[in-house]
Amino acid sequence: MSIMPPSHRVWWNQPIHKIEVTWVIIALVWCLVLFLWMPYWHVYGEQNLSNESYKTSAELFEAKTQRMVDKYTVRTESEAEIPVVAPPAGSDVYLVGRLWDWWPILELEKDKSYRVHISSLDYQHGFSLQPVNINLQILPQYETVITLTPTTTGSFGIICNEYCGVGHHQMLGKIIVK
Amino acid sequence: MAVKMFRRCPDSGLYFHKSAESLMKAHAVLGVVFLLIGGIFGLLVAATRAPGIHLLDAETFYMALTTHGTAILIFWVIAFEVAVLYFASSTLLRCRPATPRLGWLGFVLMLLGSLITTAAFFRGNSSVMFTSYVPMPAEPIFYLGLILFAVGALIGCFIFLGTLVIAKEEKTYDGSIPLVTFGALVATIIAVFTIASGAVILIPTLLWSLGIISDIDPAMYRVIWWGLGHSSQQINVAAHVSIWYAIAAIVFGAKPMSEKVSRGAFLLYILFLQLASAHHILVDPGISSTWKVFNTSYAMYLAVLASMIHGLTVPGCIEVAQRKKGYTNGLFEWLRKAPWENPVFSGMFMSLIIFGFIGGITGVVMGTEQINLIIHNTIFVPAHFHATVAVGTTLAFMAITYFLIPVLFRRKLIWPTMCKWQPYLFAGGMTIMILLLLGAGTLGVPRRHWDVNFTDAALQYEFAGTAISMLGMAVIGSIIASVGGALFCLIAVGSLIFGEKLDTGASFLSSFGFPMAETSYDVERPDKLELAPIEDTGNGGEHHEAKGTFVLALVFLASFVIYFFINAKYLSSLWPMM
Repeated sequence: MSIMPPSHRVWWNQPIHKIEVTWVIIALVWCLVLFLWMPYWHVYGEQNLSNESYKTSAELFEAKTQRMVDKYTVRTESEAEIPVVAPPAGSDVYLVGRLWDWWPILELEKDKSYRVHISSLDYQHGFSLQPVNINLQILPQYETVITLTPTTTGSFGIICNEYCGVGHHQMLGKIIVK
Repeated sequence: MAVKMFRRCPDSGLYFHKSAESLMKAHAVLGVVFLLIGGIFGLLVAATRAPGIHLLDAETFYMALTTHGTAILIFWVIAFEVAVLYFASSTLLRCRPATPRLGWLGFVLMLLGSLITTAAFFRGNSSVMFTSYVPMPAEPIFYLGLILFAVGALIGCFIFLGTLVIAKEEKTYDGSIPLVTFGALVATIIAVFTIASGAVILIPTLLWSLGIISDIDPAMYRVIWWGLGHSSQQINVAAHVSIWYAIAAIVFGAKPMSEKVSRGAFLLYILFLQLASAHHILVDPGISSTWKVFNTSYAMYLAVLASMIHGLTVPGCIEVAQRKKGYTNGLFEWLRKAPWENPVFSGMFMSLIIFGFIGGITGVVMGTEQINLIIHNTIFVPAHFHATVAVGTTLAFMAITYFLIPVLFRRKLIWPTMCKWQPYLFAGGMTIMILLLLGAGTLGVPRRHWDVNFTDAALQYEFAGTAISMLGMAVIGSIIASVGGALFCLIAVGSLIFGEKLDTGASFLSSFGFPMAETSYDVERPDKLELAPIEDTGNGGEHHEAKGTFVLALVFLASFVIYFFINAKYLSSLWPMM
């Protein structure tokens, strides 16, 4: 009875059921596989999060983004005149998360790599690229850098999936891949 | 003349101490009140999230979601867990509780804290979600209420530990503490760690909200907050696994297959506790992959191993007990002939199956460093923890309540037919909702989101039709589960008020934390709790193995492996990134 003291005073010397031992071994092997898969994917997989990130500030990051926008804007979209920025392949690209949009719109080329810097100017945000389904936690004061290689063309939505206040559901952005 | 403080429950043979049982009742009732509040807000959240209904406006929705999460994840489960601690120490060990007056202080702090934080929700300026990530501010009283509640719970933990010391000192039991008490001890140790993490992060955050501290680093906040946020769920796991063992013993007279394996597995929960806290920061900046890979698994996932062990040994001990009773045909006669109409058993068994098959598998898969990229902050995450907390923990607590109402409260359950169906309604509804939300989350639908159609946004994005319809259909499961949950609250409270009295001393007030009539307590010192009887192996020493359970375990493993690699395959289809 599990609600009574063990029937043998020296319970830790009692034999174990064969089925229990077998299961513990099988389960442990699977747990090791689960662990080894992660370093394996770092070596052989293509989807790994970079270890590159920097401390930053809202002013600094906004200024860097503004510089890129001034240099590479090709047109604007929607009534809000959101700049569409087409930076050269291989370059540093900046994306601002703030209440409540992802800014600016990025226009990238298929199969080219970009160093994408992302940070928040205010609260925490969730970068969620759809329908590709890449999801990152974006923090204020921290600059995340990922090297991204779009392999499909079209228009992709960036939604916010970290709650950031009453306008959270209006926080969208866009990446266009040509 | 010594005072008689104990009573012996004639139905269960358990001894209840006057002060301990009053504390147990008060904490359990406080928990159920917050289950009711949290449940109502949960239904409002579900009805708003479904695109076809869209019940609340955005502001009210986020307030409802914050209330739902905190009321359930903190107030309901922890209040009930403190009741479980009094039960596992004072009642199971037949011992007087340590410092019952301080126990009431703990209770009052928990009551006050929960009321203060709830008031903060209703004032509308603290809709920061259960996680309250900085720098989004809540009102100071939001943090203050949580801190008071935690101090109250901490007092409950120390009284549990003190009661163990008294029981040992006064030799109220022979040998080692029972497995269920051991599991509760593990839950207590985890709770102390959890509350300490909570203090480390919430006290500075309170000072920050008062303007005394100027800045809290958001990355640091997340790392330490999850030492509270996920460890508190490990308290639940240790507590509800203990309840699984307790119910196996109560309903079937089951003894652990081996004490060593079950206790060893419990110990792993303490040692590998932090593993799941790291799962929340797998896609955060500022933390290296090496840290993430190691801390998400400690190289061996031994906390996962622990749950996989309990997943075998809990049904395994039931199978052995049933086979001994003669249900030996085939692999599953023991399970088919189990008392499926008894909510104590049916609730416990569905809690175990859904916790393992859905909650466990999804939790480990999304806790894999790279796979987290396709799951982080999608609605997959709440689907996962509804399988673990709503079905795993809450349903196990409901199941033990069906046992406690007659035994602890000395009231007969009202509506026996409804009692029979309630666990199925709750578990069935939850499972429908969980599976649909897992599907929608896999397609990228975000969590904590008022409007996935993005009305009035400057830019637009359209989710796949399947994702939106799964989100819409999930509300059907939510409604069924809410009916099940409401039924539970009605049965529990209804039985406490209108249930037939099984003891003449069981008054209205005694259902809510006051002692029963003096005459009910007629035992001065219970008999010493003896060792469990050594198993009579029965007909010629025939040894019963848990073959059916082993087959179930292999099915579980196969599902686990397949689901893991499906997600790895999905990950490999993403744009390359490094």
